[in-house]
Amino acid sequence: MANFEFVLPPAPTTNIKVAFGEGDLVARSASSVPPPAKQLTPVAKLIDVSKCIGCKACEVACLEWNNLRHPIGINTGSYNIPPDLDPNIFTVMRFTEWVNPETKNLEWLIRKDGCMHCVDPGCLKACPAPGAIVQYSNGIVDFDHEKCIGCGYCVRGCPFNIPRISRNADQPKAYKCTLCSDRVAVGQGPACAKSCPTHAIVFGTKDEMKKHAEGRIKDLKSRGFSNAGLYDPPGVGGTHVMYVLAHADKPEIYAGLPKDPKISTVVEIWKGLFKYAGFIAIGGLAAVSVLHQVIAGPNRVSRADEDNAKRLAGSDKK
Amino acid sequence: MTNSWTDIKNTDLVVIMGGNAAEAHPCGFKWVTEAKANRGAKLIVVDPRFTRSAAVADYYAPIRQGTDIAFLLGVMNYCIANNKVQWEYVKAFTNAPYIIKEGFGYQDGLFTGYDEAKRDYNKSTWDYELGADGYVKSDIDHPRSVWNLMKKHVSVYTPEMVERICGTPKDKFLKVAEMISECSSPTKTMTSMYALGWTQHSKGSQNIRCMAMLQLILGNIGVRGGGMNALRGHSNIQGLTDLGLMSNLLPGYLTIPNEKEATLDVYMSTRGFKPLRPNQMSYWQNYKKFFVSFQKAMWGSAATPENNFAYDYLPKLDVPSYDVLRVFELMHQGKVNGYFCQGFNPLLSAPNRKKLTAALSKLKYLVVMDPLQTETARFWQNHGEYNEVNSGSIQTEVIELPTTCFAEDEGSLTNSGRWLQWHWAGGTPPGEAKHDSWIMSQIHLRLKALYQKEGGAFSDPILKLDWRYKDPGSPTSEELAKEVNGYATEDITDPNDATKVVLAKGKQVVSFAVLRDDGKTACGCWIYSGSFNEAGNNMARRSTNDPDSTGAYPTWAWSWPVNRRILYNRASADINGKPWDDSRKLLWWDGSKWTGYDVPDILPTAKPDVVGPFIMNPEGTARLFTRGLMRDGPFPAHYEPFEAPVVNVLAPKIRGNPVARVFKGDMEQFGDAKEFPYAATSYRLTEHFHFWTKHAHNPAVMQPEFFVEIGEELAKQKGITGGGWVRVWSKRGSVKAKAVVTKRIKPLQCDGKTVHIVGIPLHWGFMGETKKGFGPNSLTPYVGDANIETPEYKAFLVDIESITGPTA
Repeated sequence: MANFEFVLPPAPTTNIKVAFGEGDLVARSASSVPPPAKQLTPVAKLIDVSKCIGCKACEVACLEWNNLRHPIGINTGSYNIPPDLDPNIFTVMRFTEWVNPETKNLEWLIRKDGCMHCVDPGCLKACPAPGAIVQYSNGIVDFDHEKCIGCGYCVRGCPFNIPRISRNADQPKAYKCTLCSDRVAVGQGPACAKSCPTHAIVFGTKDEMKKHAEGRIKDLKSRGFSNAGLYDPPGVGGTHVMYVLAHADKPEIYAGLPKDPKISTVVEIWKGLFKYAGFIAIGGLAAVSVLHQVIAGPNRVSRADEDNAKRLAGSDKK
Repeated sequence: MTNSWTDIKNTDLVVIMGGNAAEAHPCGFKWVTEAKANRGAKLIVVDPRFTRSAAVADYYAPIRQGTDIAFLLGVMNYCIANNKVQWEYVKAFTNAPYIIKEGFGYQDGLFTGYDEAKRDYNKSTWDYELGADGYVKSDIDHPRSVWNLMKKHVSVYTPEMVERICGTPKDKFLKVAEMISECSSPTKTMTSMYALGWTQHSKGSQNIRCMAMLQLILGNIGVRGGGMNALRGHSNIQGLTDLGLMSNLLPGYLTIPNEKEATLDVYMSTRGFKPLRPNQMSYWQNYKKFFVSFQKAMWGSAATPENNFAYDYLPKLDVPSYDVLRVFELMHQGKVNGYFCQGFNPLLSAPNRKKLTAALSKLKYLVVMDPLQTETARFWQNHGEYNEVNSGSIQTEVIELPTTCFAEDEGSLTNSGRWLQWHWAGGTPPGEAKHDSWIMSQIHLRLKALYQKEGGAFSDPILKLDWRYKDPGSPTSEELAKEVNGYATEDITDPNDATKVVLAKGKQVVSFAVLRDDGKTACGCWIYSGSFNEAGNNMARRSTNDPDSTGAYPTWAWSWPVNRRILYNRASADINGKPWDDSRKLLWWDGSKWTGYDVPDILPTAKPDVVGPFIMNPEGTARLFTRGLMRDGPFPAHYEPFEAPVVNVLAPKIRGNPVARVFKGDMEQFGDAKEFPYAATSYRLTEHFHFWTKHAHNPAVMQPEFFVEIGEELAKQKGITGGGWVRVWSKRGSVKAKAVVTKRIKPLQCDGKTVHIVGIPLHWGFMGETKKGFGPNSLTPYVGDANIETPEYKAFLVDIESITGPTA
């Protein structure tokens, strides 16, 4: 018999310890932090791909909340507009037309792409600028643009290819989704979740989100998606942005969502070497240059970026 | 909607056909996701394109645009053949058992009485056989019963025929038919969500009727999670229709008299229907109360019994309607001097843009009231190939009156679910923008002053217009809403005790139930009566209380009529008043009266086995056979669009809808499949709202540039690449666009022919922040639906070629 219990997806929860700040850091790029006095409840955003209609309301909400001005582009032959993340847009819809080899049916896969807020964030590990990337004990990974040197190492460090470096300013900076840390800090969910008309994006504690995902996965399995599942990849220690996927066995069909994301070994080595010493102790231009070549690769970072990094590294030494 | 947005969560099956709810109604679509997530409901999408709705559907079937009737009659045929019919419902609550006059018939695509020269029918045989008692004869087994005639009528639409006409593969059609047919169970319901994908055809009304008939034989009207749910394309387009902003309507679906109805008696003689079956309510018997109260709201003390309540002040129509096609046709002929264009952008939204530009150029003056710089206001301005006009040769004087937008004004919006939701101003108007009501009042007062000063022919309707506002130059939304609700114009006393005043002069009426035909009440729109009564502004209510989570939310805003949330809700219970589905109870008979979660759509004491649920019909039942109420037939029949890629296989000699109005010269402007081989359709995208949001930066970022969509096969044949430029042209015009090449559009096999589809979204013009582009109306034919003249935007013919784009 029909179940009439009317269950809206969990609203932003009230038991999230809202106010957080400097004292709640668990990690800080190229430097160390004292262990926080308390542990915040881990939060998470759950993106249910099976409920997403690709309306882009979340993209517009993100632009509005973050006061971003993205230029008006062109149509390049698909609905993927704007086509990619950039310093002026922190989330984009990626549309994939996929023919299911088993059913021969077309499936239009629509994935909201943006920062995954990894438990083990590759960007933070790769970052050479002290305090430019921080991680709070609720799981949010945030960039501090005052401290960012725009070197682009975070781009290489990220297994999901998320951060983008602004190119047009004198001072290049890295940009990405903040999980609306400013909204969460005052008890609001992220702007994208707030704007989502089908509740495909929901926000709450990580435990609640995992529980909510279980119900969604059960529903998808009842509709014949036997491989439905939660995307919370262990290779990066899990993420604070998770997906419900109808085909969780093949995340790569969703516009290249990595099947087993891991932080590049180069970044791991770099992090291992300088974990305790910190960036200041690297000690020389040569080391930075070599590392730059290894980590960022020759074509990832512009000349200006590199000069800036060198300048900053040099001035730090004085 | 018969039901409401929130009720969709109660359904077992959502059928999106003739619409694209996820794309065009993303906020309302949340109730579909609720039904899916919380009830395990299934979603079927039938559409020429694999849409955003299809992306989250359980089952998708393709269909060629303009063939929905063949598909739906095919589903009805399947249900009847497989005995998937809610028989108790059909026998008790529809006109299936009634006997039709001898002489009625259907052959070669035409019903009895067709006159080719007039493109019209003599409908005298399209009616019931009446007994000596004046009531309709009823016998479902009679060879001329509605049921038997309908069964025969749909029998030609076999799965094979559906495939041949619609291009829907037989297995996919059968899967959809099977899923739908399961909802004939009294404990399973289906909801139909449709929009302009059904209305914008030369047989648009019949598309919708067809689904209504299917819903009736499945027993899905009047129940929770069922219904015919029209998704309106603007936040207040339901309000526009309700308030009668059509050339042939008065508020509340009363009708403007025609020129043959010179007196109130003649006018009333064809309205206020007598019951056609014993004991039926036939609610339109109250027509005169609503009409007289409307006249009192218009002309106050100048509307008296002696002057037939100012009946002469009403205009009388000399044609069935002055719809947008007729008005622009007359303008094109040079017969219109001035045109007031309020909140409307016809240069992009009426068909055959070349004709529109020529028509607007013949006006003496054009007044545009809009918050935005519309293309219509700039029709005279040369924008290169996007608006190639010779400005110097256009003499039309254009006056732009900037208005406020919805967020700068207070008032009510009526949503698709008939909810009147009050809203408050969120910002102050910029610059010289004024509220529409201020502008209209100022025009009225100035006209009135001119008549007072200079006199003029028949000035009474203007001079005596009741204008009882505190500031006559600027009526408030509250004042207008109270007038729409209605009030007593004199003390109203108890009929049994003349000394007892039941409603004092000036008090708000509680609902239309107390309206009178003697002039003692005034009411601007009877169906809205109750929205702002002595209890206050009910539209401003915001309680989320929902007893037993039925989805009714009875104290959130206010729903017409009388806060009823589901129309025909008495049909949610069987002939004895017992709910069909205990888990989805709505109303029930408690032995002496109707009770339940909703306001009963019947006299509360009407005995269940005596009075039928469809109280607006004189029969008390719903009509599977519409008698003479529709111009193109008492049953829907398949007709091709006027521009179709294949001939009508059922009636090869018939082009389009045989009774649709075609103006002189427009028939020659229809293209044929030899010259224009591809089947085009137009639609909205989620990123934009009509022609508004291209003026806002962020939506313009999301869909910056005009494009057309085609399948991979056609792209290959034509050498078109995604992101490249194409030219698309019809017999009436040509556009340039970017190409989106997609797997979501596939060619269909119709009557042995491969039909390629070209999709044309509609959000671009030459004003605003997006890149300049074209609308589909540069291409579409100048013909509308046979009953209500909605233009045929959803099915027409084009050709396409790859071109070199403009140099950057």
